Amino acid sequence: MSRAGKIARRTFLIGATAIAGGVAFGVWRYKTPYANPLEADLPEGAAALTPYVLVTAEGITLITPRSDLGQGAYSVQAALIAEELDVDLDQVTVDPGPPSAAYWNGALATEAGEFMEAANGIPAAAAVTIASAGMKFIGMQITGGSTTVPDAYVKLRQAGAVARETLKRVVAQERGLSRDALRTARGAVILPDGTEIPYTALAAQAATVDPVTHVALRPASDWRLLGKPMQRLDILAKSTGTQGYGIDRVVPGMKIATILLNPAQGGALNGYDASEALALPGVEAVVPVTGGLGIIARDTWTAFKAKDLIAADWGPAPFPATMEGHWQALADSFTEDSLDSRPRDDGDVAAALAGGAAVEAEYRTPYLAHAPLEPISAIVRVDADAAEVWTGTQIPRFVQQNVGRIAGIAPENVTVHVEYMGGSFGHRLEDEVVKQAAEIAAQMKGTPVKLIYSREEDMMHDFPRQIAMARARGTVKDGRVEALDLSIAMPSVMGSQMGRQGLSVPGPDSQIVAGAFEQPFAIPHQRITGYRAPELAPISSWRSVGASSNGFFYNAALDELIHAAGADPLEERLRLASDPLARGVLEAVAEMSDWQGPLGNRRGRGVAMTRSFGVHTAEVVEVTATDGGIRIDRVWVAAEVGRVLDPVNFENLVAGGVIWGLGHAINCEITYADGIAEQDNFYAFEGMRLYQCPEITVRGVGSGDRVHGIGEPPVPPAAPALAGAIFAATGTRLREMPFNRFVDFV
Amino acid sequence: MQITVNGIPREVDASPDTPLLWVLRDTLGLTGTKYGCGVAQCGACTVHIDGEAVRSCQVAVGDLEGNVTTIEGLGTPESLHAVQAAWVAHQVAQCGYCQSGQIMQAAALLAATPDPSDDEIDAAMSGNLCRCGTYPRIRAAVKAAAQSMQET
Repeated sequence: MSRAGKIARRTFLIGATAIAGGVAFGVWRYKTPYANPLEADLPEGAAALTPYVLVTAEGITLITPRSDLGQGAYSVQAALIAEELDVDLDQVTVDPGPPSAAYWNGALATEAGEFMEAANGIPAAAAVTIASAGMKFIGMQITGGSTTVPDAYVKLRQAGAVARETLKRVVAQERGLSRDALRTARGAVILPDGTEIPYTALAAQAATVDPVTHVALRPASDWRLLGKPMQRLDILAKSTGTQGYGIDRVVPGMKIATILLNPAQGGALNGYDASEALALPGVEAVVPVTGGLGIIARDTWTAFKAKDLIAADWGPAPFPATMEGHWQALADSFTEDSLDSRPRDDGDVAAALAGGAAVEAEYRTPYLAHAPLEPISAIVRVDADAAEVWTGTQIPRFVQQNVGRIAGIAPENVTVHVEYMGGSFGHRLEDEVVKQAAEIAAQMKGTPVKLIYSREEDMMHDFPRQIAMARARGTVKDGRVEALDLSIAMPSVMGSQMGRQGLSVPGPDSQIVAGAFEQPFAIPHQRITGYRAPELAPISSWRSVGASSNGFFYNAALDELIHAAGADPLEERLRLASDPLARGVLEAVAEMSDWQGPLGNRRGRGVAMTRSFGVHTAEVVEVTATDGGIRIDRVWVAAEVGRVLDPVNFENLVAGGVIWGLGHAINCEITYADGIAEQDNFYAFEGMRLYQCPEITVRGVGSGDRVHGIGEPPVPPAAPALAGAIFAATGTRLREMPFNRFVDFV
Repeated sequence: MQITVNGIPREVDASPDTPLLWVLRDTLGLTGTKYGCGVAQCGACTVHIDGEAVRSCQVAVGDLEGNVTTIEGLGTPESLHAVQAAWVAHQVAQCGYCQSGQIMQAAALLAATPDPSDDEIDAAMSGNLCRCGTYPRIRAAVKAAAQSMQET
């Protein structure tokens, strides 16, 4: 077990000691800080200087509470602390730490704030404070929404600085020196005569002094690590097969289990016959769990084989059996009764459209699986009064609470180890696999149970991206876009997702209109309306969430209007751009791609720009219509993230986001027949493969001391830019994904 | 039955229909080889059998003929294979889950075709799915590895 894990078994002791709490370190904004979770069980001679830095005689541990899904979160969090702590990354251990309310995610509130202002008239700053306080109140330790870097940017550097200055204070007091006379480097305090005292030698005394509470952060010009290309901490392990993921974890004495769920997700198990499965050598038990059966066997393959030998009587899905039913439910939601929000209503749309629309179109985006390459898994052991969990998750606090509830154990007695994840894309914001493993483990007290989903069970019960439909009407005048009335209908992602955690989300759902209402285009008459469709198939946050649909709807409708106006897609966007950041990214891609209007000769270019998660991202896609189908040749991307903390990882994540957006737009959908997902493996849900991958050129645009996450913003513009390129090359207007329903791809 | 993995003969107790993938992972504890799809659609389980890249989820251990090399046998963190060194230098991985298979596929390609064209790289590598979208870096790393292997 990790050092921090051992130390922090009891994470919620209230009223911790002198250096508990972080407000004294300037880490938290509110008056009553959470107890420092590292304080709870400190061994003698160890100092938890802040909730993010742990120093013992043996070494220094940096706590990185946001999960690493492959986006490099551990590396960037560690670098933020190390920058101010004056340690090098090869000197420290990085540990995700225990689940704790202290690690709440404040940045999740920022976006909510903008929407609350637009939808309810609450000033954004006040709304952020309200939402942020709420998230702090429930200790929302969540990785998602491209918030890791914005949330950590100041907080973790402060944590490093507080720890550094406190260690200096120890030496200063002991030697009768001023703190200013001391320097720090490579994990040591350096005396004026050059003598180096390692931090580890100061651990015991550091636990006894008052921490230094006022620290000034270094200017970016002084940074050693941040802003420069960094070697990811996991790169060697991930290039040698030595990185352990959740699915690789072995706990002594564990049993292997897999699951057979009602293929109609959420339907009941009415009865089953497992006799054939139980007759298979190596199969130990078949036990009911919510929605299906757990199969326990000596190894994974035996469990998988046994799964296929079970005959079960399943109840129907609690949602429409066919896609016609799902689309009809969306079509029926464009009513006053289902109106969820109208966060934008500029000019006079009704008057502008009184004379009829130049463009009137309907758009659709399908359900999509997250399908990270590592199928979901969890190990759970339930003892008499405690439980232990090993799993890749973005929501460790929910995991703790849910396992506690299922096992009848207080949540603080549930230890959660967050594992490295083989991708997520939002998938691991759900914790069904942990709950099911806990249900099985609760029936086998004392025995660790490792539950592994087969790919098929995983894909068919993925909690996919929302299905969505949009209707657009608009007018043009004198070669310009004059009016856009965009209505969007989808079920509430937040309602479905949080509902499974027993939380109800009051008020309108910002994700129904995200990626559309806040777009920086000054169309004179512009109205964005969100309609809440009833919950259909259970859905969850998928990389870029609402904007993954709405970025397509908005840009596709805008493209049609621009075409009707006879204008150039990029020039008209530039003319409409209502803030300098929008102009900046559009000008960047124009320059990068040398945009000069139509290409001809069966080649075409499209452009799209979406502001999502606070980041303006513009993309130009170039295609050729070959005899074998559409080939995507090149993509140029410019994203306005402010300061780039790691240029290598930035480029990798942006390119990956573009490929994610393009691949799913080309050929992916989850459809239901008889209430059962029709796609159960990658042959039916392929995404982009290497031979289809275009050349991608990435530029980070921006300045100033702001930071943003970049995991999600490159996704929304990819599909509409591709659709625009295909229109330019072929004259075929695509209004529904996946595009391979309508055109062939190479 | 006995199989040879990374040069070491191993006695394994598994039913003969068990895919090599699960013998490697569950029986021998060689977890660098990954389960992604089980149906030869993703390439995460790619190993070498007598030097050839094979999807280990499709080889029943009872039918196995030849010596198996896994990612652990290709190189180690202390002694990297040229392909692994290129993967580190180009910082290819994001989640990294597909990369064992990508690296084994690339190593087999370069062993057979030391100076592959872009089309040959595309053809050899397109059976290996990467959900994070690291393809541009995979292409660059394969080319860099080809170059470094020719220089040595």
